[in-house]
Amino acid sequence: MAKNSAKDIEVKAFATHHVITQPNPLRKVLRRVDEKDMDDPVGRAEQALASLSGEFKDWMTVEVQRLSIAWTAVQKDGFTKKLRDELFHAAHDIKGDAATFGFPSAAVIAESLCRVIEHAPDLEKVPAELFTHHINAILAIVHENTRLDSISVSAELSRRLRKVADDYLANVNRDRPEHLEVILAPSIAPVD
Amino acid sequence: MFRIDFNKLRFLVCDDNPHMRRILRTLLHSFGAREVYEAEDGATALEMYSHYVPDIVITDWAMPIFDGLELAQMIRQPESKGNPYAPIIMLTGHSEKRRVTVARDAGVTEFLAKPISAKGLYQRILNVVANPRPFIKTKTYFGPDRRRNTNSAYMGPERRVGEKHEVLQQPSLLDKARSTI
Repeated sequence: MAKNSAKDIEVKAFATHHVITQPNPLRKVLRRVDEKDMDDPVGRAEQALASLSGEFKDWMTVEVQRLSIAWTAVQKDGFTKKLRDELFHAAHDIKGDAATFGFPSAAVIAESLCRVIEHAPDLEKVPAELFTHHINAILAIVHENTRLDSISVSAELSRRLRKVADDYLANVNRDRPEHLEVILAPSIAPVD
Repeated sequence: MFRIDFNKLRFLVCDDNPHMRRILRTLLHSFGAREVYEAEDGATALEMYSHYVPDIVITDWAMPIFDGLELAQMIRQPESKGNPYAPIIMLTGHSEKRRVTVARDAGVTEFLAKPISAKGLYQRILNVVANPRPFIKTKTYFGPDRRRNTNSAYMGPERRVGEKHEVLQQPSLLDKARSTI
């Protein structure tokens, strides 16, 4: 779809700024339909997503392997910038994807791990157990997910790990108000 | 009631995670989109942006080479030969309020926190198609108007200078005090 030409664009100049308006270049894709229209694009997309769900366990396994490899590298060579970033990105992807893949507790734990990596003033001084507990819990949740009785256990586990991580972060950041503010701020992630 | 003809829209999806790209592609195709281009890093996305001229960009934040924030900043270059006005939807695992502010200040049009849902994505696309905001250019910012609501009574330090509401007179503290006596 072509963008608007320069002559369509209206610019109003003010003392400190310009306001630029243009005819909506995407207006042609909007179509008025009858209220009784039965088309349901969101429902269709949800069905398509559900049809992918058979692959989610395998995808999640790939994600946790990446996390595990990143942590092994950190244990071997320490928190270099590259290894720190790899560990963070692996955890961050699980934080974003795991709920979609059917592992919401793993997403909560990965978020907690991301917060530790992001807000600990010195990663070398963070007790290694804090990392291993998070990573082992994510691995266990993914491996044990098929057992129905493990769901409430994983939810409880994620809550406790988050509490331990938050207490640690609040303590080590007590003199860093900008971090403390972020740590204590509520998440904007949608809750299903 | 309005529907979007997705088959007339061209999307550019940028995410380094192949699983998330697959999910996005699946959702967009299910909505009816035919043209969905994919990039796995910001540099490739910028190249594809110039080449394919997408109508809507959906980008992750954390990516190698340069990230989604930098991609947004590079697209929002008012003097660039490409289209600096395309809607940018930031789809990210970052879920802190300050991140929304940073993304907004980089020129991102809509912010969508993961986990992704079909409804959330559809609503963001509907919003950028049906309710585009004017663009604002200042010394330090070029992008969609960051103020979604107009408050003509606003008198704070970030009030824009030169617009109608600039001439609104704020009652002095003395006048206020008198009126309450």
